[in-house]
Amino acid sequence: MLAQSFFSIDEFSGFIVYEWTLKTYRELLSLANLDVIFRSLLMAIAVTLACAAISVPIGYYAARYAKGKWKALFYLLVMLPLWSSYLVKVYSWKLLLAQEGIIGWLAAKLHLTWLLNAVLSIPVIGGPSLSISYIGTFLVFVYVWLPYMILPTQAALERVPVNLLEASADLGAAPNQTFWKVIFPLALPGLIAGSIFTFSLTLGDYIIPQIIGNSSVFLGYAVYLQQGTAGNIPLAAAFTVVPIVIMLIYLTVAKRMGAFDAL
Amino acid sequence: MKPAVSFQHVSRHFGSVRAVDDVSLDIGEGEFFALLGPSGSGKTTCLRLIAGFEQPTSGHIEIAGETAEGVPPYKRNVNTVFQDYALFPHMTVLDNVAYGLMVRGISRPERHAEAEIALSLVALPGYGARRPSQLSGGQRQRVALARALVNKPRVLLLDEPLGALDLKLREQMQVELKTLQRNLGITFVFVTHDQGEALSMADRVAIFNNGKIVQAGTPEDVYERPMVKFVADFVGSSNVLPPEFSERLGGPRKWTSLRPERISVGQGTGASVLARVNSVHYQGSVTRIVADTGGQRIAANVPAGGLRVTEGENISLHWPLTAMHAMDDG
Repeated sequence: MLAQSFFSIDEFSGFIVYEWTLKTYRELLSLANLDVIFRSLLMAIAVTLACAAISVPIGYYAARYAKGKWKALFYLLVMLPLWSSYLVKVYSWKLLLAQEGIIGWLAAKLHLTWLLNAVLSIPVIGGPSLSISYIGTFLVFVYVWLPYMILPTQAALERVPVNLLEASADLGAAPNQTFWKVIFPLALPGLIAGSIFTFSLTLGDYIIPQIIGNSSVFLGYAVYLQQGTAGNIPLAAAFTVVPIVIMLIYLTVAKRMGAFDAL
Repeated sequence: MKPAVSFQHVSRHFGSVRAVDDVSLDIGEGEFFALLGPSGSGKTTCLRLIAGFEQPTSGHIEIAGETAEGVPPYKRNVNTVFQDYALFPHMTVLDNVAYGLMVRGISRPERHAEAEIALSLVALPGYGARRPSQLSGGQRQRVALARALVNKPRVLLLDEPLGALDLKLREQMQVELKTLQRNLGITFVFVTHDQGEALSMADRVAIFNNGKIVQAGTPEDVYERPMVKFVADFVGSSNVLPPEFSERLGGPRKWTSLRPERISVGQGTGASVLARVNSVHYQGSVTRIVADTGGQRIAANVPAGGLRVTEGENISLHWPLTAMHAMDDG
């Protein structure tokens, strides 16, 4: 595959020219293709940050306060979505997010349609309805990958010894100081471990942006288009190299921060 | 002068368990006070009540004359040296020590300078850049001590701080802690189950059993004049003689404590009994003889290098009448 990316395609005949060249990479770095890369990267970052922000309070509750039956319920609720097909979940979300869907209906019932419309009228990320906007794509990505973030985060939070929290309070730290100075740094490896999943899965996904969103092209779908519809195997291969390179950089940084000790 | 810590009829129940049961106690300013008792006797819960990790079920606690109930731990001018030290693993030793100053918003150079002073106070100058995981148990213990002392607390709480150290280091730290407390003049409240440690370090000792204080006083008080059987037995194992036995030997008709080291073997004045030697335990500086007289076991410590006694031999034991100390039944 890596070799393919160094070949090129003959623009007239559509055949692959088996000669070493960087022509394909030049094509990859064209404005339209860079757009795809940046869009995917931004989405992956946004999804990862949102997952982290949701996982910390949920994971903290499960690690510190949930006991016995409640803990089992927590695991069940986090894992349950993983038992159903990914496609089923994505199509269900399309219905939920559609103009006539449950969210629109609920907003109308609560007289919050104005709020929904305000959100949808935000330039770039808004759109005619949730199911055909970046917001919709983002929401579904967050939903689908959230369990992969919650589980390592919860495990890392659970490993923070209670006596360190007591020591922090004893030394005069208010609860929010204890959170930022003790709990968060000690749980960070878990968050980074989770982010490896959410980040890479979002970066490479080619189904969700097709079904939910404004049909703009993301990395995974770009590969699909180039090798399927356009038949440009070298460019498809070059597109595949992009997330691999990004993930290699990401994993190197994550390793430095001790994420693999938290898995 | 107001006591540094005052408990008035304090109880702490966990469900049906009375961890602390109607405890009243005054700890004076600048005192080295030991809470002594077997595990599960309520001494650690008392410490946690002072630190603010537990709230009393009933009763009233004052720290330096101010009501402590409802005040969270981070608002109390009290610091704790935890049993397992509880050092922050993600920080250097210096940042650990400076933690209390940092959360109070003291600038980095200033707090690091103070932390460095605290580290030299516990004989660890220049260890600031290391991680807690790179230190030995004794060094971690000192860091925990420096981390608490840097905040200049009114009261320093120590929860079995020497429990994890080996004997040699423990004895050394006992001396150092005592010296440190004298020099700083801070009130120390020290939890331990080691009676030797409590007696050698504390100005006063409170002895706990089943959530209650059974006796409080100077080490000499609790050792020489135990008020109840539990204290006589727990603080430096004593011979607890039943009332009839005590009366027969010229003592009062009460439960009586008789310290093994007050008993001598051979002829002498005062009370005396004939006994048959059950066992002989060589303990270095003393030899402990356990003998039996008409069903009553008596333990005697005799200085090493004295007489030779063998098991099964009949010997005569005697002690001054004043060595027998009458107690309540409790």
